Amino acid sequence: MKKLASVGLGLLMTAATATAQAEEVKIGMITTLSGGGSHLGVDVRDGFMLAIERSGRDDIEVLVQDDANRPDLARSLSNEFMQRDEVDILTGIIFSNLAMAVVPAAVRQGTFYISPNAGPSDLAGRMCHENYFNAAWQNNNLHEAMGAYMKTEGFERPLLLAPNYPAGTDALAGFKHRYEGEVVDEIYTQMGQTDYAAEIAQIRASDADSLFFFLPGGMGISFMKQWENSGVDIPLFGAAFSFDEIIIKAVGSAAVGTMNTSQWAYDLDNEANHAFVEAFREAYGRTPTLYASQGFDTANLILSALDKAHPDDQDAFREALREADFDSVRGEFRFGPNHHPIQDIYVREVVEGDDGQPTNRLVGIAVEDIQDIYHTQCEM
Amino acid sequence: MTKSDTRILAPQPGLPAPTASWHDRKGLVQIGLLALLLLAPLAAHFLGHVYYVNLASRVTLVAMAAVGLNLAIGYGGMVSFGHAAYFGLGGYVAGISAYHAFDLTPVIGWPVAIPGSDSMLAIWLVAIVVCGLLALAIGAVSLRTTGVYFIMITLAFAQMIYYFANSWPTYGGEDGLPIYLRNTLPIVDTNDALTFFLICFGGLTLSLALTSRIMKSRFGAALTMARLNDTRLATAGIAPYPIRLVAFVISAMITGLAGALYADLNGFVSPTMLSWHMSGELMVIVILGGVGRLYGPLAGAILYVMMETLLGGLTEYWKLFLGLVLLLVVLFAKYGVMGWLAGRERHE
Amino acid sequence: MTLFIEQLFNGLQLGTMLFLMASGLTLVFGVMGLINLAHGSFYMVGAYATALVSAATGSFFVGLAAGITVAAVVGALVELIVVRRLYHRPHLDQVLATFALILIFSEGTRWLFGSSPLWLNPPEVLSGSVNLPGGLRYPIYRLVIIAVGIAVAVGMYFLISRTRLGMRIRAGESDREMIGALGVNIARLYTLVFAMGAALAGLAGAMVGALQSVQVGMGEPVLILAFVVIVIGGIGSIKGALYGAILVGVVDTLGRVFLPSFFGQFMSPSEAAGVGSAIAAMLIYILMAVILAFKPKGLFAAHD
Repeated sequence: MKKLASVGLGLLMTAATATAQAEEVKIGMITTLSGGGSHLGVDVRDGFMLAIERSGRDDIEVLVQDDANRPDLARSLSNEFMQRDEVDILTGIIFSNLAMAVVPAAVRQGTFYISPNAGPSDLAGRMCHENYFNAAWQNNNLHEAMGAYMKTEGFERPLLLAPNYPAGTDALAGFKHRYEGEVVDEIYTQMGQTDYAAEIAQIRASDADSLFFFLPGGMGISFMKQWENSGVDIPLFGAAFSFDEIIIKAVGSAAVGTMNTSQWAYDLDNEANHAFVEAFREAYGRTPTLYASQGFDTANLILSALDKAHPDDQDAFREALREADFDSVRGEFRFGPNHHPIQDIYVREVVEGDDGQPTNRLVGIAVEDIQDIYHTQCEM
Repeated sequence: MTKSDTRILAPQPGLPAPTASWHDRKGLVQIGLLALLLLAPLAAHFLGHVYYVNLASRVTLVAMAAVGLNLAIGYGGMVSFGHAAYFGLGGYVAGISAYHAFDLTPVIGWPVAIPGSDSMLAIWLVAIVVCGLLALAIGAVSLRTTGVYFIMITLAFAQMIYYFANSWPTYGGEDGLPIYLRNTLPIVDTNDALTFFLICFGGLTLSLALTSRIMKSRFGAALTMARLNDTRLATAGIAPYPIRLVAFVISAMITGLAGALYADLNGFVSPTMLSWHMSGELMVIVILGGVGRLYGPLAGAILYVMMETLLGGLTEYWKLFLGLVLLLVVLFAKYGVMGWLAGRERHE
Repeated sequence: MTLFIEQLFNGLQLGTMLFLMASGLTLVFGVMGLINLAHGSFYMVGAYATALVSAATGSFFVGLAAGITVAAVVGALVELIVVRRLYHRPHLDQVLATFALILIFSEGTRWLFGSSPLWLNPPEVLSGSVNLPGGLRYPIYRLVIIAVGIAVAVGMYFLISRTRLGMRIRAGESDREMIGALGVNIARLYTLVFAMGAALAGLAGAMVGALQSVQVGMGEPVLILAFVVIVIGGIGSIKGALYGAILVGVVDTLGRVFLPSFFGQFMSPSEAAGVGSAIAAMLIYILMAVILAFKPKGLFAAHD
């Protein structure tokens, strides 16, 4: 209704009506709430809103819009948020290609962008910006960790599979960076592809001893379902994006036994995390995914900075964000010089849970204090 | 679906219309629509609402793209289901040129180095030429067919370009290509929302004038005849095929220019601009406004963007209502908004 | 070599699914002269109904039966309420009205069932894979899809060439006024043909939905491919739809697999994937343009 009223009156309104309380903070969230990647956006949003509610602050307005995983739509939503709603902070984008469409222009127009998910290499490196912060990871992080893990586990002929978009190429670059050895082959799929018969046939025909794949959201579910029936029998590895709680529940028993890397796990032992997992389950009746944890952390990062400064005071607010003065549910958390996290990455195994459904279980640490390889290219 | 031959005896859209009282009403409506489009963003500008100025630019450019399509569908009877190809290609010309100007790399390095450019004038020229050439190639093949084959072939060619843009990695593929700095013109500041709107408005006015001019010429009369009865045109010693092809090419050029401006408005170009949904939406705008009416696309674009903004504010399922409205218009209100506002053309 | 054969099977599987879509489209065009963009919506409706009923009853086959039935009923309703008014209208009106139907179906489904995909699993009996002669392992479910497609093709052949209904359909294709004069209830014939096409689309949607996912808009890429199929095969020709579907399915699949690896011989994997898939994505459209250059009415033009 608000939008309707503002459209109808927009041309007639005088400046007088636009004077809201100067203290109020507006946050615009653009995230993916429909299509095959929707559960990622839903969890980021739910985690984020949970933190805002728990803070008890009523001077924060969060506007949420669905980008339908379309770069052009995300771009026009960001224009609406900045020009019409005049938000102070933007956040929420799931997919790296959408982030690349929105973030560079938004931060240059003086809006803060805090990423709860996408961390494309360009934004960590040559296109980094003082108003851009990533509260999740740089795209390569989790894949690098898996590369290191598979190397120590002694796999010699991994085959790599990822969609052909910025996060996909980042994923394979990250994997190879720490795996260091030769890989059998790299297969790139279309973004949003639903049939993987051709790729599975290629994997079958190769002499790979393991498969490392990155297929977030609905792509992962389709792939795993088809993989299960293909009769190809080599172990599967990936980052947590291909094995979040929702994917493995949709896939069922086929997921059991696979390994994945994550910066967070719901059974990670720290106080902030216990409180988060409990509150999330109570509020939404399901186990949070890593996306929910990222949404929660993003909101808490913003809240911690708002305690110190209002975004209108850009320098003070930026400085407050840099301090990252909040209890992350992933344990220790700090920013590198390019505003991307330096953090531990864990290994999880998919096991059969108490209710018979597959679930992730923390196994150990893959890499400690990982920092993205692009921070040296960042001149801020 | 052959058209009945009796209709050709009546005056047709695009032919000089006899003056009558409904003609004055039409003139008033046309001036009213243009004035509305010009005054609304001016008011928004002075009230400080940049968003609505940009919204008006969007209406203008969508209308301009539809003016191009209307020349093909409405006046030429060529139901192109692939005009998104030109709209998107125009957008990509702006995007690619800006990308290379930003990166200081040549667009083509060999045999002659062609540098990128952030000059809108150069971009417009290239967009018009490139879209014209593409339309020449696609039209040359597609116009050999008629009816439903023509619809599907134009659709298929547009899809081919869509999938190509989607998969070709150099310019972002599916991710699209951001334009970080809006392209420039001498003297004026294109980053100013109102200035940019006025540029778009100029483009729309020119394309309306061009269409009107074409349809009043001998060429326009031949095109109308080709639509209605091409055998008769042939007996007059004029081959319909080149007439149609030229009209098709001009139509694509107008849509392509609108696309180049549209990319600059959004600061972004992606394969979505090339998708068949975009082709469909352009057709919807032409139909909502009234097929073959000079100002139909403008009326349609205003209605479409208003619905998108108003209904979209009420419900995220606004396209459901768009679908219902469209269905009702197609089934029961053949003459669109212009038919309703300005009265039917006499032959109808 | 087994890789090539496996990919051939994959192409065949895509082709048979395309045939289920294309046969309905081409029949509706051949008999009623209607171009129906909303055909992809029946594909989606069939998949949704199958997923929902399967989840409720726990049986894939009950779900499948429900999916086909619901698609047929929805098809019949659409014909009675909307499409029937379009038979004598220009193609432009048909395109726009059925485009409007796509919007209504897609947004309506999103409204009713949400934006997240539904997940439908193939039945237990058809899961897993089998060894084929020649050392090839292939998923049973995909083999079943191929078999169903072939069975439908054979069934259509008998229906059209041997039954009373088929005779009327053929009569309708060659002369619409004539069969009315012979006392056939044309209105009912049209509804029946349209519902049959919708049922086939629903069947295809349900079978593919179990393999991939069930979501809003799933019918659109398939619809575009089905259009290419019927343009290649000749609009209105069932035989053309069959050959066109197999051709498109095989060329598309093989192109997607072998072009990137072909370019991979002299490019980096990421570049090769980009260039290869860009050309692969255009391949069937190039094929279509070449065929139309020699045969402007498609391979098996049914009538002029």
